[in-house]
Amino acid sequence: MSEGATVPESAFIEVDRVEKVFDVRRRTGFLQRELRRVRAVDAISFTVARGEMVGYIGPNGAGKSTTIKMLTGILTPSGGRLRVAGIDPSRERTRLAHRIGVVFGQRTTLWWDLPLIDSYRLMHRMYRIPDGRYRENLDRLVELLDLSALLEVPVRQLSLGQRMRGDIAAALLHDPEVLYLDEPTIGLDVVSKARVREFLRELNTERGTTVLLTTHDLQDIEQLCSRVMVIDHGRLVYDGALAGLHEAGESERTLVVDLERELPPVEVGEAARVVKVDGPRQWLAFPASESAAPLVARIAAEYPLVDLSVREPDIEAVIARMYQDRETARETVVQAPGNS
Amino acid sequence: MGEGGRLVEGLRAYRLIAGMWIRSTLAYRVSFVLTVVGGLLVTGLDFVAILLMFSQVDVLGGYTLPEVAFLYGLSATSFGLADLSIGSAGRLGSRVRDGTLDTLLVRPAPVLAQVAADRFALRRVARLIQGTLVLGYAWVALDVDWTPVKVALVPVMLVCGGLIFAAVFVAGAAFQFVAQDASEVQAAFTYGGQTLLQYPPTVFGTELVRGVTFVLPLAFVNWVPAAYVLGRPYPLGLPEWAAFAPPLVAVACCAVAGSAWRAGLRTYRSTGS
Amino acid sequence: MGSARLYATVAAGGFRRYATYRVATAAGVFTNTVFGLILVYTYLALWDERPHLGGYDQAQAVTYVWLGQALFATLAIQGGGFETELMERIRTGEVAIDLYRPADLQAWWLAGDLGRALFQLLGRGVLPFVFGALFFPTALPHDPVIWAAFAVTIGLAMVVSFGIRFLVALSGFWLMDGTGAVQVLMVTGMFFSGMALPLNAFPQPLGDIVTLLPWSALLQMPADVLMGRTDPLFAFVFQAGWAVVLLAVGRLVQGAATRRVVVQGG
Repeated sequence: MSEGATVPESAFIEVDRVEKVFDVRRRTGFLQRELRRVRAVDAISFTVARGEMVGYIGPNGAGKSTTIKMLTGILTPSGGRLRVAGIDPSRERTRLAHRIGVVFGQRTTLWWDLPLIDSYRLMHRMYRIPDGRYRENLDRLVELLDLSALLEVPVRQLSLGQRMRGDIAAALLHDPEVLYLDEPTIGLDVVSKARVREFLRELNTERGTTVLLTTHDLQDIEQLCSRVMVIDHGRLVYDGALAGLHEAGESERTLVVDLERELPPVEVGEAARVVKVDGPRQWLAFPASESAAPLVARIAAEYPLVDLSVREPDIEAVIARMYQDRETARETVVQAPGNS
Repeated sequence: MGEGGRLVEGLRAYRLIAGMWIRSTLAYRVSFVLTVVGGLLVTGLDFVAILLMFSQVDVLGGYTLPEVAFLYGLSATSFGLADLSIGSAGRLGSRVRDGTLDTLLVRPAPVLAQVAADRFALRRVARLIQGTLVLGYAWVALDVDWTPVKVALVPVMLVCGGLIFAAVFVAGAAFQFVAQDASEVQAAFTYGGQTLLQYPPTVFGTELVRGVTFVLPLAFVNWVPAAYVLGRPYPLGLPEWAAFAPPLVAVACCAVAGSAWRAGLRTYRSTGS
Repeated sequence: MGSARLYATVAAGGFRRYATYRVATAAGVFTNTVFGLILVYTYLALWDERPHLGGYDQAQAVTYVWLGQALFATLAIQGGGFETELMERIRTGEVAIDLYRPADLQAWWLAGDLGRALFQLLGRGVLPFVFGALFFPTALPHDPVIWAAFAVTIGLAMVVSFGIRFLVALSGFWLMDGTGAVQVLMVTGMFFSGMALPLNAFPQPLGDIVTLLPWSALLQMPADVLMGRTDPLFAFVFQAGWAVVLLAVGRLVQGAATRRVVVQGG
């Protein structure tokens, strides 16, 4: 069967059963090493259409960065098929580089000891950006990211937020079709975060740049991404709309009921369970995938109901639950004899 | 993109990055001049040590001071060329450790060119200047019948010597893909090799001379071709044509270093560390 | 003296910090061995030409070479100990924090550097020396008393080495750029310590002058004590004298630097 045939025409990033296996040696004794085979990315498949803005989330070590590194051509996949703009990233790294922009939140791609503008001038030449285009893009980015006062400042003297803005501008000078952001808001203050998010939203809507961002900050996702992919232990455990994440997480919603008076916990069988009682108010948890209507009807019929409200689970709780359910390690452990 | 295209791309990126660093260095002219003067003092010291030795003896290993100065000048200048142009590659290990190598891999230029040009240190011309000065002294002081072939051999030696040392730098950098903390091993071969070649081959044990002739062919930087210029017996009784082998040796060294680099980069890209 | 415990802890920290870099240590052993090999052959040729140069026979010259390689990292002859870090802290202004610590700046860094030196003696120094002693004729004493005296001279050499580098580091309070000071440290260290050529093999009167400078307390004194060419008591007095002078000058400069920081507010 040909997976490629099922890929939609507009797919810009195609990831088809891609995997990445690392051999990790660990010291276990004076001369003993343990060789562990870690599947950092385990047969992941997804496609991203041109112009989409996708959040890529998961706990530390889940395989987010490894995926980004494969998509940018830094790492070679151990298996599967990968295409970005029709290019195989690991084989044609430099050709792809002209069409993508990458921002690593933790480390800068700018030249540390030199003024910001020097890095941009170098990008101009290195990416062979036509002069007019470069001027236009630089002016626009400097304005949108508020960089004009920083251009002559050596990168090492910039604050984290300023540096991140500088990095984002550097990644966009050559008009990349896709922008990868690895933790773009990590360590930033509230104002800087808001500014970066606003800029990304504009970039996506006005220029149609495809954006793939990994983050720990769920507000990034809530404010920017219509689509979320969740990775855990190297596997894609969710891919869809942000709203749908709740059901996928098999999470529970909460029905808060106010009764006429203080009563023993409400009894509704399997449909819900009381998690808290405070005077006449009771909290009932029920599966997020179930409709609240039959439950409400039953309680209204059997108890003196005054008021009620339904609370959606918050996204952090949902994801925490998803992670918990998949705590089983998928690593094969091979004992390597003797020293390394 | 073919090999040729890659080379052109690499040189272009190298020129761009190095140019940026040179401009930024020259923005502080006084500081730069002082650093170079200081560098001249530091690099000149090992020649002062040789002068001190010759204040006590007339010959060392059968070589006179101008002859040793000739070897020294060739070694220091070749090394200076390589160190200036590609010495930054020695920091590869720390780039792997702190993860900044990844940022080079997302740029549209060969990684080796970027690594070699990064923080291009123009102050390293100090070694080059100092080596050339000693070579100039040797040129004046030597009692050699300078035939056209001998004269032509000097620049050939410098260029090929520079390439051989550059190959050692690149191979050393490639090794750091595997052992990130092992930059000192590279120093043993680069700085150590340079020091070794400052003295006549007759000083060293046969095993060591064999090693640097057939295994790591540093002897072709100066020992063997200089023996022809100076009319000295060749080390290890090599045939006469060996004096003209440096270009071949240099090409072979670069080829080996190139594959070592590619293998190292491949390892990095498959293991990510 | 609760502070003795503090400084012992700092020293142990310095030791452990360097001990974690196993590959770097192995690489250093390799490098020192290679340089030892190169140097030993040139010395053999030199002493072949001029037997008893500087009063050494060939075996003593060889011993001197391997001792130099063993102590190169230990005594940070060309720099590379704590001073790089201290200069960086001075440059960034973080040193202000150190000055407000309830510990003495000089003693704090001395303790850490002694820990480093001890590790590099054991981790990096011993193997090249053993290699040299195995493959080349050396002149080593059998008398344990001499070895004990030698150990004392190394300890004192560590303190003298620190004293020199502490001054170099403190120059960072007044100099914009530390590159020059570090270069001076490299030049003087390489040359006046006798790393390039034993000081007794220097031509006169240069030889007499360099023997009196503090750098001769680093390599020349331990070497001459080990090979029975200098009275250990004289060596102790000479080294301790320079150690006291350097540390005292260091204190004065530190005081001036502290006032400067306090006045400028960092």
